[in-house]
Amino acid sequence: MTIDRRVSRRAFNTLLAGASVGLSSAPFGVVRAEAKKLKVGVLLPRSGTQALIGQSCFKGAELAPSVIKQLLGVDVEILSADTESNVDVARNRAERLIQDGAHVLVGAFDSGHTSAVAQVAEQRGIPHIINIAGAPQITEQGYKFVFRNFPPAPELVKNGLSLLNDIFTAAHTTPKSAVFMHVNDTFGQSMAKGVLGNLPALKLPFTITETISYDPAAKELSLEVAKAKAARPELLLVVCRLNDAIVLRREMVKQRFAPMGIVSPGSPGLYEEQFSRALGKHAEYAICNTAWYNPKSQATQLVSAALKKSEPQTELAFHGTNVGYTLDAILVAADAFKRAGSAEPKLLVEAIRKTNIASNVRMSLGGAIAFNAKGQVEGNRSAVIQNLRGKPMVTLPADIAGATVVFPSPEYKKS
Amino acid sequence: MKPLLAPLAALVLLLLPLLANSYLLSIAIAVLYLAYLGQAWNVMMGFAGQLSLGHALYVGLGAYLAGGLFFHHGLGPWLGVWIAIAAALVVSVALGLLAFRFGISGVYFALLTIATAEFTRVGFDHLDWTGGPGGMFLKVENREHVDLLNLRGPPSLYYYTALTLCVGAAVLSRRLLRSRAGYYWQAIREDEPAAQSLGINTMRWKLLAIAISAALTAVGGVFHAFYFNSLFPEQIFSAGHSLEILLAPVVGGIGTLAGPLVGALVLTLLGEGSTELLSQLGWEAPGLKQVLYGLLLLATVWHLPRGIWPTLRSRLRPGEG
Amino acid sequence: MPAPDFVLNVVLSGILTGMVYGLMALGLSVIFGVMRVVNFAHGELTTLAMYATAVACEAFHADPFVTLVPVTLGFFGLGYLLQRLVINRFISRPEHTQLLLLVAIAIVLANVLLLVFGPDARSVQTDYQLDSIELGPLLVDSTRVYAAGTALVATLLLFAFFRGTMMGTAIRACADNQRGARVIGLHIEHLFAVTFGLGTACVAVAGSMLVLLFEVTPASGPAYTLLGFVIVVVGGLGSMTGALLGGVLIGVSESVAGMLVTPSAKSMISFALLILVLTFRPSGLLGARR
Repeated sequence: MTIDRRVSRRAFNTLLAGASVGLSSAPFGVVRAEAKKLKVGVLLPRSGTQALIGQSCFKGAELAPSVIKQLLGVDVEILSADTESNVDVARNRAERLIQDGAHVLVGAFDSGHTSAVAQVAEQRGIPHIINIAGAPQITEQGYKFVFRNFPPAPELVKNGLSLLNDIFTAAHTTPKSAVFMHVNDTFGQSMAKGVLGNLPALKLPFTITETISYDPAAKELSLEVAKAKAARPELLLVVCRLNDAIVLRREMVKQRFAPMGIVSPGSPGLYEEQFSRALGKHAEYAICNTAWYNPKSQATQLVSAALKKSEPQTELAFHGTNVGYTLDAILVAADAFKRAGSAEPKLLVEAIRKTNIASNVRMSLGGAIAFNAKGQVEGNRSAVIQNLRGKPMVTLPADIAGATVVFPSPEYKKS
Repeated sequence: MKPLLAPLAALVLLLLPLLANSYLLSIAIAVLYLAYLGQAWNVMMGFAGQLSLGHALYVGLGAYLAGGLFFHHGLGPWLGVWIAIAAALVVSVALGLLAFRFGISGVYFALLTIATAEFTRVGFDHLDWTGGPGGMFLKVENREHVDLLNLRGPPSLYYYTALTLCVGAAVLSRRLLRSRAGYYWQAIREDEPAAQSLGINTMRWKLLAIAISAALTAVGGVFHAFYFNSLFPEQIFSAGHSLEILLAPVVGGIGTLAGPLVGALVLTLLGEGSTELLSQLGWEAPGLKQVLYGLLLLATVWHLPRGIWPTLRSRLRPGEG
Repeated sequence: MPAPDFVLNVVLSGILTGMVYGLMALGLSVIFGVMRVVNFAHGELTTLAMYATAVACEAFHADPFVTLVPVTLGFFGLGYLLQRLVINRFISRPEHTQLLLLVAIAIVLANVLLLVFGPDARSVQTDYQLDSIELGPLLVDSTRVYAAGTALVATLLLFAFFRGTMMGTAIRACADNQRGARVIGLHIEHLFAVTFGLGTACVAVAGSMLVLLFEVTPASGPAYTLLGFVIVVVGGLGSMTGALLGGVLIGVSESVAGMLVTPSAKSMISFALLILVLTFRPSGLLGARR
C-alpha cells in the first residue's frame, strides 16, 4: 500500500516538475522582427462540442502554407492550438501562442472564444484576424489590432434574405406565406433579430405567419414541427445547426409536412455532409443562402488540387466555407507580411489595414478584401446553395453557378 | 530552510507580474480565480457538508447583475458587487429554506442545485436585459491605465484583484473554521441528528454556510464579468462550469483550508502540462489531451481518496491530521 | 386554442418519446436503487452504446433490432467489469469522491470516442425509419412506436427478474440491508456487479433505440446524463416503473409547455417539475417513501 502511494506521488511530482519546466521556457519574450517566415497562431475548437466545425476549418490551416507559397511566394508556419470549445482555454492558448512567437493570431470560430482571444491580442499588441465569428459586437469595441473578414450576423442575414427574391425570380414561383423556425442560441438569436428586422425593408413577397424558436439542446422537435405544419406555410425559413437540422427534416418527413422549400438565410446544417449522409434523398432540394467560397478563384483551384492529393475522399464542397474563410485569414496575414517586409507587430498591423486582395484571388466569395475603419471587411457575398444529387451546388448568383435552382421542391403538395 | 519557504512564496506571489511572462500571468490569474471559487464552494460542502452541483448559478448571477449594471447604466463593479451579493443571499437562502424545510439532503439536494442552475440558464436565455443567448459584451476600453473604479486596466490589475480575493477568502475561511460556526458545522457534517439532539439549530447554521458560500461565489462572478468581458448563459450557468468549480476542492481536499488552493494549482498544471507534454511529443490529436487529463484525474482520485492536501500534509507534518 | 387533433398528436408524440427517455433512465434508476451510486457517466455510456450500434449496423448491414442482442450482452459484461474492477472500491466512499471518479471516466470515454470516431455525427439508416402510421386524425411515428414497445418489454423483463428470480431477490436484499445480506452469505460484490451490468444493459437497449431517432456525437453524453437524472428523480430513484412514468411525464409536460409558451423554454418546465417533486415528494412519484 505504501509502495503504491510513493510510486504515484513520485510520478506526480515528476509530471509537475516537467510541466513547470515546460511552462517556464521562453521567459522574457521572443525577438520577432527579423523573421523570414510568418508564424501564424491558429486557434480553433478541435475538440469539445464544436469539434466538427473546428476540424473543418483546420483543413484550411493545414493547406495554407503550400497554397500561400504558390500564390504569394511567402513562407508561412502554422502554430496550432485547440481551444477545446472552452473560453478559458482559448484565452490561455492565445497567450501561449504569442509566447511561442506567433506574429499574428487567427481564430476562433465561436464568438465568446473570439472575444477572449481578441482581448489578449489587443492587450499584447499582436494582430488578430478573425476567420469566422458572427457576433457584431466584436468589431464594435474600438479595437486597433482585431480584423474580421467574415460578415457579421446582420449582414449575413441581409445577404441571405435578398437572395430569396433572386430564387423566386429564377424559379418563377413566389410563396405567399412562411413560417420562420430558429434555434435559440447565440448565433440563432442574432440571425433571428436580423430576419425580423430586415423583412419589411427588403420587400419580400411573403409574410411570416409564425415564428418558432427552439432549444438547441432539444433532442426532438415533434412539437415544433407540428406547430409549423399547422400554420400551413408555403415556405419554411430556418436558422439551424447541423444536429437540429437533421432532426427537423426527419420530423418533417414523419409528419408529412412538405412545403415549397426549406430555405436558410445563412446558417450551417443544411449543406453539410452529415445532413446528406443521414437523410439520403430527403436532403435534396434544401436551400441555404450563405457565405460560400468562389469556385472559380485562384486560391480555390490551388486548394482543390492540394486537397485531392492529401485527402482524396474529402469533398471540398462540404468544407468550402470553413476552409475558405480560414485560408483567407491566413492569406491576409501573409499578404501583409510580404508588403511590410517585416513581422514586427506595428508594421504588420499597418500593412493589414491597407490590404486589398482581389476578388478572384481570395477563396471566400466576395469583393476585394479590404478593411474598413472598424477592422471589418464589407462586401462579402452569399450564394444560393442547394443540395442536388447529394452535393451542395451553387445555383445563384449566375456568374459562379454550377446548377439551376429547383423551386418549388418536387415533393410539394398544396395543403 | 522551512521557515524561509512561506515568506519567499509570499514575495514571489506579490512580485509575479514583474517576474513572469504574460502567458504565466494569465495562468496564474486562472489558478487564483479557480482557487477562490473553490474556497467559496468549500464553505458549503467542506465545512457544512452540503453538496452543491449547481454553484455556477451564483457565478452567473453575480456576473450578469454587476455586468448588466455596468453595461446598461455604467455603474462600476464596486456598486454592482453589493447587488450581486444581495441576489446571491436571497436565492441561496430561499433554496436552503426550501430544501431544509422539506428535509432534502445528500444526493437530492445536489440534484436540486443542478435543477435551479439549469432553470436559470434557460431563463436567462430568454431575457432581453441580459442580451439573451446572444450574450452580453462589456465595453473593453483602456488597457493601459489602472482604472480601479471600473476595474479596467492591464493584466497585473486583474492578477492583484484575484490574489486579494483568494487571500481574503483564505483568511475568512480560517476564521470561520476556528469560530463557533466552524465547530457547529463540523458537528452537523459528522452527525446531524446528534447535533440536533445537542440543541444546535442545524437549519440556521446550514443556511449560514449556504449564504456565505453563495455570496463569496457571486463576488467571484463579478470578477469574471470584468475580466472576461463577455457573458453567455449557456457557458456561465452550465453544468460543466459547476463541475469545474468543485473539481479543485475535491481533488485538493474537501474541508481543509489549503485543499482548494492545492487543487486549483494541481488541476491547472495538469491541464497545461498535458497540452505541453503532448505538443513536445508531437502527438497532435484533438481529444488526446482530455483523455490524458481524465486518466490523471482518475489516478488522483484512486490513490488519494481524501484529496491531495491531506495526504501531503501527513507527509510534511507526520503526526498531524 | 389549438386544434384538438394537433393537441392529440403532440401529446401522443410526447408520451412515446417519453417512454424512450424513460428506457434511457432505467439503467440509472436500477443502479442507484440498489447501490446508491449516482452514475455521472451515464450519458457517456449511452453515447457509447449508440456508437456501438451504429458501427455494428454498418459493419454487418444489420438492423438495430438485430444488433440489440449482442450489444446488450456486451454492455452487460462491460458494466459488470466496470463495477467489479473500478467502482466497487468507491461504494462506501462519500458521494463527492464517487462523483469525481465517474466524471473522470466520463471525460476519458467521451474523448476516446472523439479520437476514434472523429467529431462527425453518426446514426443508423433503415428503410422504415421515417415511416408514419395514419390512424384517423393521428399521425404516429413508427420508429417511436417500436422504441416505446421495446421500452415496455425491457421494463417488464427487469421487473420479472427482480421479483421472480432468486438472484433478483438477493439483489433486492442487498439493497435493503447490506450488512444483513452479507451475514446470510450473499456475495455482495458479485451481486452489485450484476446490478451494474443490468444497468448498463438497459443503457445499451436504450442506445440502440435512440440511434434510430437521433444522431450521436462524442459530445452527446452530458445532455443524456442530465435528462436521465431529471426523469429518475421525478419518477423515483430506484423504481423501474417510476423511470418510465417519469419519462412520460417529462415528455408530455414539455410538449404541452411548448404549446403554451415558446418551445425554446420548454426545458424550464422539466426543471420546474423536478424542483417541485424534490420539494414535496423527494423520493419521486413512485419511489418508496423513506
